[in-house]
Amino acid sequence: MSIQQTATAPAIAQTQTNQKIMTSTSDTYKTVGRNIIPNPKFSTRNVNVFYGDKQAIFDTSLDIGNNEVVALIGPSGCGKSTFLRSLNRMNDTIPICRVTGEFTLDGEDIYAKTMDPVLLRARVGMVFQKANPFPKSIYDNVAYGPRIHGLASNNAELDEIVITSLEKAGLFKEVKDRLNAPGTGLSGGQQQRLCIARTIAVSPEVILMDEPASALDPIATAIIEELIDELRENFTIVIVTHSMQQAARVSQRTAYFHLGKLIEVGKTSQIFTNPRCELTENYITGKFG
Amino acid sequence: MSNIKLVEKNLKKRYARERRFQLYGKMAVLTGFIFLALLLIDIISKAMPAFQATEILLDIPLDHATLELEPAQKLDQDTLSALNYAGLIKTALRQAFPEVTNRSDKKLLYKLVSDGAEFTLRDHIISNPELIGKDSISLWIKADDDIDTLFKLETLTSRVKPEQVAFVEQLKQENRIATHFNTTFFSNSDSREPEQAGIKGALLGSFWTLLVTLLLSLPIGIGAAVYLEEFAPQNKLTDFVEININNLAAVPSIVFGLLGLAVFINFFGMPRSAPLVGGLVLSLMTLPTIIISSRAAIKAVPPSIKEAALGLGASHVQTVFHHVIPLAMPGILTGAIIGMAQALGETAPLLMIGMVAFIVDVPGGILDSATVLPVQIYLWADSPERAFTALTAATILVLLVFLATMNTLAILLRKHFEKRW
Repeated sequence: MSIQQTATAPAIAQTQTNQKIMTSTSDTYKTVGRNIIPNPKFSTRNVNVFYGDKQAIFDTSLDIGNNEVVALIGPSGCGKSTFLRSLNRMNDTIPICRVTGEFTLDGEDIYAKTMDPVLLRARVGMVFQKANPFPKSIYDNVAYGPRIHGLASNNAELDEIVITSLEKAGLFKEVKDRLNAPGTGLSGGQQQRLCIARTIAVSPEVILMDEPASALDPIATAIIEELIDELRENFTIVIVTHSMQQAARVSQRTAYFHLGKLIEVGKTSQIFTNPRCELTENYITGKFG
Repeated sequence: MSNIKLVEKNLKKRYARERRFQLYGKMAVLTGFIFLALLLIDIISKAMPAFQATEILLDIPLDHATLELEPAQKLDQDTLSALNYAGLIKTALRQAFPEVTNRSDKKLLYKLVSDGAEFTLRDHIISNPELIGKDSISLWIKADDDIDTLFKLETLTSRVKPEQVAFVEQLKQENRIATHFNTTFFSNSDSREPEQAGIKGALLGSFWTLLVTLLLSLPIGIGAAVYLEEFAPQNKLTDFVEININNLAAVPSIVFGLLGLAVFINFFGMPRSAPLVGGLVLSLMTLPTIIISSRAAIKAVPPSIKEAALGLGASHVQTVFHHVIPLAMPGILTGAIIGMAQALGETAPLLMIGMVAFIVDVPGGILDSATVLPVQIYLWADSPERAFTALTAATILVLLVFLATMNTLAILLRKHFEKRW
């Protein structure tokens, strides 16, 4: 029995009036849009990241403002996660990884010899793609950060931090009766909110999120997205996402990466309605990626 | 032929192949099981006689005349120890068999009981001095190993004379010979006389040796594994160390014994036959096992947990001690206990450092001369007396029980520490 081959759907013709910018494929390129802003929280200049001989990020400069949500989008392997991980020096843990360029947080060089990565990570928290609660109780998961940093001087203060963090992460109501139950016993979405609570318990200034909702169902995703919007009041957030709808919903600015290069940065509304680069347009219209 | 017909035709073959494979597996398991059962049945059936000892009920005269004591004499420890207990037992035997008069028959009669009988009697009298002065007391006295074999197994060996068989027959009729639980096996150390030989010395020797091994190899092994897996720089030196650890795991154990002899005894001048040296040698032998299994356990900890801790601002050391080691603990402990079980069963390296010597004393510490269970098995398996066969099997059984206990412990610990993530 043979299968009837269907004809490939004809490509939908794009009718664009304004001329798109073609980004050159050579190593020298220029990011389109406002990648540099006044008074940034985080500022990166001429960032290059190498894994051994392979270069993952090329000459990228990007500023992140106070209390804004910046979304990093782009096809798989474009370097957006690598860029995110270089913001709190998580790449230090990979022996073959080498980072060059200028990174400043509130004007402080985070790759300076005097900067302690432990201190940096207390200021720049991180939420990972896969929820990774410790195999401990819900309470201990949230209390771990404050404990190692000595943020609470007694148990009452620690309780206070744990409860506030769980409340901010929108999880307290669901788990208030079982704070001593294992964190790994929660559902996927709850686990991810537990990880967010764990991160904000340390009171960081910036939260990095690496595809925080990619393993979650639409309802859990919606809860996380609402949460990100609320967290923006107190934190600066950089989020990597594969979902363009998510980027459009939660972020104020969007940065598009392609093959290790920062192609275009702009207001989220502008990137998704009227991108200036052809590569950006191809990606957001689904022609590739 | 259409595709689906082809698939159908091949399907039968595929299923047949799968069934055949499962059959091979079942047969392999069954074969293993049969051999294990044969081994256990053989050992247990051979070992059973060793847990029973033949004893002879003797009426021992304790009146003052026989003991050559004045009734008013004060009975202090020295007087009691110096009494002629061997003579008393001989008298008791002569009284039990008054018809025996000729000298050579008397000699055979005296050989019915163990050489250690006088010490049993002495200990009994010293702990009960009020018995002195009584006409006679009845006491179960351990039989000689040849008589023991004759009575328990009903096999005649060339070492037993026809006259002795007749004595045993007579004792049987008078109900003066019986088997009792062999406490000597657990309370005595090695002896040339099988009926007086026990495993207490070897058991304690194994305990002290393993204690030294555990205290040395566990911290060193885990420390090395954690350093190599988490902190060591990736360079040629680390690779060299790794290759050598893997090689060490494959070195024949007797080589470690030679090393122990050359380094610990000849160079450092440590005592021969001591659990300290035995433990050091076994630590060297166990370390690679512990390091390799601990590294595997540490490697198996999900990187996401490490990243979570680092992302919260935990330092590398905190991450390792708060998260990696607790999660790797089941694997580490399993490896450690399997290494310990290996050490418990090891003989060859201990022969080299003199733990094969004939040692009658129970070791009281890691510097006393000692032997260990597997070496005791080796020694007794080599002995000519028939009764040592049972003792050997019984010791193997005790060793197997310890090994099984340790492996069960390993499984229980793993279950206890195992947490899902």
